[in-house]
Parts: sequence; C-alpha cells; structure tokens
Amino acid sequence: MATIELKKVEKRFGEAYAVKPLDLTIRDGEFVALLGPSGCGKTTTLRMISGLEAVTGGKILLNGTDVTWKHPSERDLAFVFQFYALYSHLSVRQNIAFPLQAQGMKSAAIQKRLQEVVDILRIGHLLRARPGKLAGGDQQRVALARALVRRPAAFLMDEPLGALDAELRESMRAEIKNLHIAQHATTVYVTHDQVEAMAMGDRIVVMSSAEVQQVGTPVEVYYNPANLFVARFIGSPGMNLVSGRLSGGAVQLPGKNRYAVPAAWNKALAEGLGGQEEVVLGFRPEAARVARDGALAGEVYASDMHGAYTVLHVNINENEIVHIRGDRQESYAIGTSVRFDLDPQMVRFFNPRTEEAVRQEAAR
Amino acid sequence: MSQVELQHISKRFPTVTALQDVSFSFQHGEFFVLLGPTGAGKTTTLRIVAGLLRQDEGSILLDGQPIDSRTPAERDVAFVFQQYSLYPTMTVYDNLAFPLRSPLRRTPEPQIKVKVEEAAEKLRITHLLKRRTAQLSGGEMQRVAIGRAIVRDPRLFLMDEPLSNLDAKLREALRVELKHLQKTQGSTTLFVTHDQIEALTMADRIAVLNEGRIVQLGTPDDIYDRPATTFVAQLVGTPRINLMPAARKEGTVLVKNSGLSVPAPRMALPESFLLGIRPEDVRPEAKGRFAGRVSLTEPLGVETILHLSLGELALLSLVPGMAPQRVGEEIRFDIVQEKLHFFGTDNRRIAAEGH
Amino acid sequence: MSRFEERGPRFPVAHPTRVDKVHPRARAARRVVAFVALLVTIIMLLPVLIMGITAFKTRGDVMVSPPKVLFKPSIEGFVYLFTERAVANAARLEVLEKEALEGKISLFDRIALASGQEITGPSSYVFRLLNSVIIAGISTVCSVVLGLFAAYAFSRFKVPGKDDLMFFILSTRMLPAVVVTIPLFLMYRQLGLHDRHLGMIILYTVFNLSFSVWLLKGFIDEIPKEYEEAALVDGYTRLQAFFRIVLPQAVTGIAATTVFCLIFAWNEYAFSLMLTSQRARTAPVSIATMMGRGGIEWTAIAAGSLGFLIPVVIVTFALRKYLLRGITFGAIRG
Repeated sequence: MATIELKKVEKRFGEAYAVKPLDLTIRDGEFVALLGPSGCGKTTTLRMISGLEAVTGGKILLNGTDVTWKHPSERDLAFVFQFYALYSHLSVRQNIAFPLQAQGMKSAAIQKRLQEVVDILRIGHLLRARPGKLAGGDQQRVALARALVRRPAAFLMDEPLGALDAELRESMRAEIKNLHIAQHATTVYVTHDQVEAMAMGDRIVVMSSAEVQQVGTPVEVYYNPANLFVARFIGSPGMNLVSGRLSGGAVQLPGKNRYAVPAAWNKALAEGLGGQEEVVLGFRPEAARVARDGALAGEVYASDMHGAYTVLHVNINENEIVHIRGDRQESYAIGTSVRFDLDPQMVRFFNPRTEEAVRQEAAR
Repeated sequence: MSQVELQHISKRFPTVTALQDVSFSFQHGEFFVLLGPTGAGKTTTLRIVAGLLRQDEGSILLDGQPIDSRTPAERDVAFVFQQYSLYPTMTVYDNLAFPLRSPLRRTPEPQIKVKVEEAAEKLRITHLLKRRTAQLSGGEMQRVAIGRAIVRDPRLFLMDEPLSNLDAKLREALRVELKHLQKTQGSTTLFVTHDQIEALTMADRIAVLNEGRIVQLGTPDDIYDRPATTFVAQLVGTPRINLMPAARKEGTVLVKNSGLSVPAPRMALPESFLLGIRPEDVRPEAKGRFAGRVSLTEPLGVETILHLSLGELALLSLVPGMAPQRVGEEIRFDIVQEKLHFFGTDNRRIAAEGH
Repeated sequence: MSRFEERGPRFPVAHPTRVDKVHPRARAARRVVAFVALLVTIIMLLPVLIMGITAFKTRGDVMVSPPKVLFKPSIEGFVYLFTERAVANAARLEVLEKEALEGKISLFDRIALASGQEITGPSSYVFRLLNSVIIAGISTVCSVVLGLFAAYAFSRFKVPGKDDLMFFILSTRMLPAVVVTIPLFLMYRQLGLHDRHLGMIILYTVFNLSFSVWLLKGFIDEIPKEYEEAALVDGYTRLQAFFRIVLPQAVTGIAATTVFCLIFAWNEYAFSLMLTSQRARTAPVSIATMMGRGGIEWTAIAAGSLGFLIPVVIVTFALRKYLLRGITFGAIRG
C-alpha cells in the first residue's frame, strides 16, 4: 500500500486551468474522495495521478518516489472506470486474469490470485460468462476484481457507481467500503455525488472550477464548511444560504425577517466581516424547525415526502427558497404561511465578498 | 388537461414480454410516476402512451376516448427524453420553437415568439435563447428539453427519466423546480424513473412496475408505509429496508440466528414469514434491549447509516446527525414495534386488521 | 453562483496528453516520424509529380534519356489534347508562317505550326470530358440520394430479412467489374442502352449503391432515433423529420459518401471501355488511347491526366469541412 503526494500539481490548456496548482497528501490506507460538479477538475486530477494525463506543472510522488513522468503501467496503480471498460470478447475469468498475464505471471500463481479475489467479491458463479451479458452491479464487481487482482499500491476509481441504478449504488457503496477496510487499500475515489463521498471518504477533497475548496473529514466538511460552495454542495439539500445585513445584533433578512445573532457569534462576526454589514446566514435543513411562533416566516413553495422525513421548501421572499427538514408531518399546501426557528448551535455565517466562512472557535 | 386510462396493456418483444396486463389511470393535473428498476417496462409503457410503440393488447383512453389508432402527433402529448432531446444544429430559440413550427400547428411567428419567451421565462433560460445547444451544460440542456415540452401546452406530459443523466446536485435542484412548475401549471404528467427519491418527492401517486407488471399503486405514503410486497419494500426507502426470515413462537416473533425477538402483533401470522424493519426504526439506545456490533459507519452529515451485525444477521440503522460509534464497537438498540412490516413466504404483505 | 454551475468538457484537445506521449523525448520522436512520413509521401506522389511535369514538356523532351529535370516548359501537350491537327502542305505552311510573323494567329496555332501542322478543330477530348462530368455527376447524385433513403429505411424500420438484404447489397461489390462486362454488353445491346449516357448512368448508380447504402447506414445508425421521435410527437411527419433533423446531422456521412462515389464513377475505365464507343465515351478511355501522328502522344496523355485529376480534387477540397468529424451531438454529460 502507499502514500500518494501531489505537490503543486496543475493542468493547463494554454492559458486556462483545468486544475489549479494543488497540494494533497494521501496517507497509506486512506480513502480519499475527490468531490465536485462536472468539469471541476476531479477526474483530470485522478488521471494525472494515474498517468493518463500529463501534468503541466508540479510533482507526483508515490511512496516518496517521483513518478510524475512514469508510464501509467509502471506506477502500480489500478484504475476502475465508470463504464467498467471490460473486454467484451473475453470471459470474466480471462478479464480478471488479463493484467497478471500482461505482467508475465505464471499460470498457477494467476489461478491462486484469481480465486482469492473471486471469493472476496463473490463472483465465482460468473467466471465463464461474457461481461456484456451481466447486470451492471456484477460488471462493476468484475472491474473491481480486475483491479484488486493486481495488488496495486493504490486504487483509483472514477465514478464507478455512476452507471448503476440508485438502489444498487447503495449496496455497492457499502461493498466497496468494506473492501477498502478489509484490504487497507489506499484509494482515491472521484464522484459528483456528495452522499457517496460522505459515506465512504476518510477525507473529502471538495473541488470546483479547477480549485480545491476544502479538504477535510466528513464531519469537518459538513459542520464547518470553508466557504459558500462547500456549504451548498455538501448535504442533500445543501445548506440554506440567505443574504442579509447586520444591524444592531441581528441580521436583516429578505421578506421582513430579522434573525437575532446568537451571542457567541458577535465577536467572530465583528472580526470576520471587517466592519462590513453584508453577511450570509447559513443553516442546514435539519437546523430549522417549523414553530407557530417562530422567528422567521415564509410561504410554502413545495413539500416533499422522502420516506423517513419530509422536506419543506419555503419561499421567504420572491423565490428565495429555504429547505426545512422535519419528521413526517402533515404536508402543507403550496402557498401556506409558515413560521420557523433555527438551532443556534447550528447556524453559520459567511462573508459574501470573499465567500468564506466566518470562523468561530466555539463552533461545533 | 385530461384523464388518462390504460386498460390491460400487454407488449411482447421477440425475446421478452415487456408488459403484462398493465392497467392504471390518472387524473387531470396529477403527477403520476412509474417507478421500477431498469428493464421493468416503464419506458415501454411511456412510448406506448405516446404512440411511438404499438401495444399487442389493451387500449389507452384519453378523456374516455380510445386513442390507439392516433399517431403520436394526433395525441397531443409532449415527450421529454432522457437525453438526445435537443437538436444540435439549432439554437435554443429554434429548439423551443420547433414544436410550434410543425405543420400540424402552423403557428404564426409573432405568436411563436411570445410562447417561446414565456416558456424560457418559466425555466429561467431566457439568457440562453441565442446559444447553440452544444454550448450548454447538462442541466441547461434538460431545462430546454422541458421548455420544448411546455411550449406546446399539450394535454399530457410524458417524461422518460429526464433527470437521470444529471449530477446529483442538479437533480435535486431541478426536481424541486419541476414539481413546483407542475403544481402551478396544473399539467397532467406521466413521469418514469428508477430513482425512488424522485418518485416519493414528486409524485401524487406512484405505480411500481416490475418485470412488466404493476406491483402496487398508491400515494407515496401508501407505498412507503404499507408496501404490498417485499419488492416494493426494498425498492423504496434509503437505506434499504432490513428484511429477514422470522418465525412465530407462541407470543413472540423470533429472527433466526440473531437473538432478535419482539412480541408478536395482533394479527394472524403463519409459522414462518419475512420481517421487515426500516433502518430509521432501529434506534441505538444505551439501555436498548438488543446488542450488536458495528461493522461499518456511513456518516452522511444529516444522518448516519450504521451497519450492525448480530450473530449472522446484518442490520442497517439510520441515526440522525453524526453517530459517535466506531467500527468494531458494541452497541445496544431498540426497535420501534409499531412500524414493523410482515410479509408471507409468497412475499406479499400480511396486513393487520384495519390496514 | 457561478461555482455551482457544472460545465461540460471545456478542453477538447487534438493532441495526446498521456504521460509518455507528452514527454519531450516523445515529442522529438514524433517530429522525426512526421518528417519521415512526409518524405515517404513525396516519394509515393512522385508518379503524379512526374506526370504533372510531363504535361508541360515538349515531345522531344519527353523522349530523352536520361529524363530532363530542367527544361523549357511548353503547352504543347495541351494543344495536342484539345485539338485535331492535320499535316499542312508546304504552301499552307508558308501562308501560316507569314501570318505568324504578323501576329495574326493564336498561341495554339503557333505551336501546331512548329511541328508542321495546322489546327483543324477541337478534339473529341472536350466532348469526352463533358461526358465524364455528366455521367459521373448524375450517377453520384443518384446513388447518394437513393442510398440515403434506403439507408434510413434499413436503419430505422423493421425490414424483413434486413441482414440478408444488407449482405446481398454488399455482395454486388464483391466481384470484379470485368467479370460482368460481357453479359452487360449483350444485355445493353438488346436494350439499346449501349453507348448511351443513360446506360452508363444506370450502371454506375447501381454499382455505387451498395457502397452508398452501407456507408450511409453506418452514419445514420449513429444519429439517435430520439431526435426523430421527438419530432413525430411534436407533429411532424417522418419525411419532414427526415429532412429537418436527420439530414443536417448526416451531412458528414453524405459528404464522405459523395466523394467516394464520385471517385469511383469518375475514374471508371473497364465499363466505359467495353460499353461505349463514340457517344457516351468518358475521358479515362479517351486519355489512354490518345494517339497522335507520331504514335503515342505522351505529353497529351499527361496533360489530359492532369486536367482529369483537378475536378475531383476541387470537389473533395470543397467538401473538406463536412468530412471532418468535429460535430458533437447534444448528449448530456453525466
């Protein structure tokens, strides 16, 4: 297993950056998720680690060795693709054996390794089949087997669950994570789905527009997002972010709403905002509670049942929607007026100019 | 807008029977969702309603009139595809105007302009009208695709997994918008998806489809709280419902090889059956009745999924917030009795009296 | 917020970006390979270059051995190509020479004069060239248009025995043309199509159709049928959907097919030789059998071949934009 270090790794196309200079250290056995919307640079970063894309600046080190210019096949990294990339003319057994044959391993040794891997992924009954005939989940297991059989220094996965049905994604997610734990395998995992990143990652690298927005554990990234992007992107729905003006210890919000700033925040706000009045108030959907005499008010825009809970979309002023999460309560018709309160422990503030979070030592 | 009825629709392909005796109906203004895994027959149903495919048996009625012999154009429906819905050689404006320029409609240009701008306004794509479709992002493309359906003001909207190809975040945003749009316009919509979140959050009513048959029909609450079969129970709800074989012994329900036992409910239960417990009904409690070990934690922020193992049984638990438990820890928990689900060995729901 | 909007692929690159391909050593290696490729190309094109040079030599220069690289260019070849000449008797020669001195005769006449000949009128080459244009042009248009409709049907509709039919169509290209020339000759004679433009057009169209259908079907298969279905649902007929939606997207395929069909029809020799004599004879045969007073007129042949090349080069050049597959379809990125 291995440590992967990226030092000022960047990818440029002429003047434009696909990935801005990035520093990242992935520890031995760690599961790091590269998370972001399409086009943010996460896949390009993964491909640079693998060697399929050449860097235009910076260095990549594997266990301390500089591999920046090494051929992909010499880096001892296994790549798992979104669309499996299985050889359709070979059987499952031949697909899995392929990388070992390419390395020149002896037949008996190959058989042994193959059996190990096949047992771990429980695909023994599929060995004779052709990949084209298998269901998506099985195909992805074969792809994982093909990567696992090489016992590489690290695994690189590019949205491996993206092509699967929603319910299959859930079970495969747990499988991959269990695999990771059992193998102590260093894994770099690219995804646009923050649920996957949160569920699986030891650390998450949140990216957008070719830049890293925040690197942190799921807890850090969820409770203390570094900026507006991370706050909105993590969580389903993301954090509610409402712009307002600070005046007299409260935030003047749209639609005649006034939110009294919790005492613990006053000092941090004074410092963090540098005297300006504009501020962005952030609160997660579960931090808000519908209450008859709540401090804030709005009109119901839509109301969703999510099985175990409901999400209420409330229009607080001209199509500024906030999302409130609650238990299965009666649904509200569109247009109903509601009032709600915020949990003072869970509110966050952001500087609208820099888009960064205002830090407060006492925050959770 | 209108009432749509499907009566005993069947469709066979050379290698597989896609649909078997599918019947359902929905009303004017309703958002009706067809939910099912890939290959269940949802897209086939949609295409039959649109007229792009001819059914082998059964008929479709629109406002009480059979429309089986009508061409797609004559049915006055709008179809939103999963992808490849925009013409790459035209601008966004022309794409939106395309349906109105069809020979069937012969709308004069000034009127076309009005309608296109209205639709663009509703979907917030007015700034994109002059662009070529190749320059749009995925989310923008789907908005235009939906816009193209709206512009015609048809009697029925047919949507074939329009959000599946989008990023998770975009899907969320567009879901809310679509639902709001549908409710404020009052458009009758038939929406197909494999994503149960989409079905639960958007639908007025859901028809669950599996292997060409309707397995259950009902409101999101019905489907979630009273799943008719184990298939439906497992399809709907994240994380998946815990399903385990159980037996009745006198007044107790026992789960094999796990030490899990609950008092039997007041209903007629066979000797052996299947017990379903939703993860949110498995609650870690310091003084809980049951004990197990944590094999995996999935912290999602707003909640945590705990994978528990009791003997040979694997159980999922959904806990609000960030759970403090670590992998390998011992844990105690309770089960919410009122929310248990019981299924016979035929996988059908066993209902208590009054349910 | 702009950071939330996802963006599609912003960096389409034509050059490879993999590590081993970007390395300076690899780049240098590629340059060497490119240079060698260029060299080889020039060597391969040598016959064409020689032909081009020959077109501008005089008869005398052509026969010299070793061949002259530097020579005085002349358009003698073109004169021989485009005109019929007769040997002028002594008296006539005198008259013409006097007129030449007075500047009263054209360049062409002067050149003919230099070898003791007088121009009697245009040769049949121009006429044959025109035949080539008509026959190749019309047959190409026919085979592409018919092929397009057939390809669309094969691609979109449930045609009974589709695979067999497709194979049958392909099989018509499997035998060498010469094998069928005798039967065709007899058949054409009977039908009165021998040496007629219509006969040749029909023949070339039929022969090109197989290629055209196969090529176009491949291109149309790549156009997702959802596009037409959307149009059908919106109220268009299939034919309208075909013209408004499929055609604009099939432009690349149509361009490529047109070029290939044109090349075949334009260069066709065997059928033209066997099935035509005077009226419908095309240029290739004409050029090959160009005989002059002094035997084979090499300069005329070279000039004819050069001229013959040019129209096809022009057409291909004109269509080059459509031949490049740079068109992206509107697929949504996941």
